[in-house]
Amino acid sequence: MKNKLTECTDWMLERFPMSKLWNEHMADYYAPKNFNFWYFFGSLALLMLVNQFVTGILLTMNYKPDAKLAFDSVEYIMRDVNWGWLVRYMHSTGASAFFIIIYLHMFRGMMYGSYKKPRELIWIFGMLLFVCLMAEAFMGYLLPWGQMSYWGAQVIISLFSAIPVIGDELSLWIRGDYVISDATLNRFFAFHVIAVPLALLILVFLHIVALHEVGSNNPDGIEIKESKDPWGKPVDGIPFHPYYTVKDIVGVAVFLFFFATVIFYMPEMGGYFLENANFIPADPLLTPEHIEPSWYFTPFYAILRAVPDKFAGVIAMGGSIVVLFLLPWLDRCPVKSIRYRGGIYKKALALFVLSFLVLGYLGTQPATPSLTIVARIFTVIYFAFFLLMPIYTRWEKTKPVPKRVTHEPDAEEQYEALVEAFDEMTIDKPLKTSWGATAFPVSPNKEGIKHVLAGLLKKLKGSLE
Amino acid sequence: MIHEGVDNSKRQFLTTALTVVGAVGTGYLAVPFLSQMQPSAKAMAAGAPVEVDISKIEPGQLIRVAWRGKPVWVLSRTPEVINVLENETAKLADPNSHDSNQPEDSNNPLRSIKPEIFVAVGLCTHLGCSPTFRPEIAPNDLGPDWKGGFFCPCHGSGFDLAGRVYRSVPAPTNLDVPPYRYITDTLIIVGEESTEASA
Repeated sequence: MKNKLTECTDWMLERFPMSKLWNEHMADYYAPKNFNFWYFFGSLALLMLVNQFVTGILLTMNYKPDAKLAFDSVEYIMRDVNWGWLVRYMHSTGASAFFIIIYLHMFRGMMYGSYKKPRELIWIFGMLLFVCLMAEAFMGYLLPWGQMSYWGAQVIISLFSAIPVIGDELSLWIRGDYVISDATLNRFFAFHVIAVPLALLILVFLHIVALHEVGSNNPDGIEIKESKDPWGKPVDGIPFHPYYTVKDIVGVAVFLFFFATVIFYMPEMGGYFLENANFIPADPLLTPEHIEPSWYFTPFYAILRAVPDKFAGVIAMGGSIVVLFLLPWLDRCPVKSIRYRGGIYKKALALFVLSFLVLGYLGTQPATPSLTIVARIFTVIYFAFFLLMPIYTRWEKTKPVPKRVTHEPDAEEQYEALVEAFDEMTIDKPLKTSWGATAFPVSPNKEGIKHVLAGLLKKLKGSLE
Repeated sequence: MIHEGVDNSKRQFLTTALTVVGAVGTGYLAVPFLSQMQPSAKAMAAGAPVEVDISKIEPGQLIRVAWRGKPVWVLSRTPEVINVLENETAKLADPNSHDSNQPEDSNNPLRSIKPEIFVAVGLCTHLGCSPTFRPEIAPNDLGPDWKGGFFCPCHGSGFDLAGRVYRSVPAPTNLDVPPYRYITDTLIIVGEESTEASA
């Protein structure tokens, strides 16, 4: 006799393709077996999306989108609502964590060529997600109605007024008033809680559908579908469930350690996650002495400031994001993974990362003349990475790409080499203790450290060739 | 599927006609949807003029008032300042205010009705931050060439004490001068054009 549960399941399966969907996307979806550390960030991004949705819904229950009440309602959440501080810090820290994860996720794509044929559309959907995420973060930042909310929004909306002819009308239409006002706050609230989250959900769906159609890339940048076993399964693939579901949950646990540490001990992150000026209510008559956007916008903001012309600055800032969309077509090298690409791409990518970090730092600093010159230099490097790409990737001297995925030594296998290096870097000097015994305290060995470091440098230099 | 007896031309007609009607309908619906995001009647009515009493303003002092939600500055300029403004025009991008916004009666080198009282909208023409008032000469952070003026902390634009923008900064034009007029010698009204000037 069938039990009730099986009956229920059967009733369901006759009406909804549950097991078909599960198999297609989880149990029978084959992912390359050589995923490394960098492959945690996709699932972590999804976790952050859920975190933002849940905490965001809770926040809307006490937040008031009204220029007169907004600032106080946030303080009310922080002081009087049960656990309100936790929910708000989870939301504000979540926003920053989301961007850290997304930047690492994008960097992974750039390292292993995950944007290349046949994955161009995944990259495009991902970039659209990134743009929506920036819009979401920007509009969310206005809601607390602090000084930085107000003047940050003032600057960003004024960007649109730089567009010739329609610019002024457009920025008026976005604000709904001649200045940032209650009307602006109210509509940003609507966009932040309904419109953009819906767009994000749809784009995440498209991103994953496109990914599951062509299959995941991997650190070796080869197509696992090209070598299949007699049953038609990729020999270098393993079912996503249970292999990667379990692996990703471990990643989630480790990530949550760091996430919780920030939430509980440094939710403002020294003024980077929540800026100090935002603890003062918005004052339309007084700009704070030093205004800066949230840290995740600072590289683009530094590019904006580096250009000494209003319209050209806005074009440069927009262009710095547009070039990312074009990446699949700018890169002419047939080899995907950085492991087998030429030294010139490795150096270019390192320079790009450096310019992104330096611009990010400069965006948090006041615009002094000398810093502006530094920002100009790194803006040129940022754009050169993309715009010269069709040239330098064509001449790349690539290494032969293997047919099958390679095996990377895991922690257990690296252990012996680590012990060896440790032994070389330290020296055990016998020491007579005061009570007559002999101890062997570990002390650093200068020569050994030099030798190990030289070896590492040589290895790094070799890999850049 | 049964293809017999299908009148394709009728189907084609219906599809075309409905597409056209649908496009027109969407177009019409877009008007109220987009236009409801424009400033409301209330927001447009809120721009009432403000009276500013300047009898108590000290020489060299700047006062801020709110007009249409924007900061408006009223600055009392000393003869020394006026002297600097008249002679130091070499580094300005638009010393004669050809490309800038000001009412007719302020369209002069010092950009004001009376040279000693300067009125301007205190928002940078670059991206709308409110510049800081830096009247001191050659302060440490702004360099030895600074003759006193307004400095925008957001993106580093500089203006002199007539709101005229310096060259090679992001701001494209001089600070806007709002319409204003004198009711008496010590009372001005911001937001109303002067009637005498045009007469």
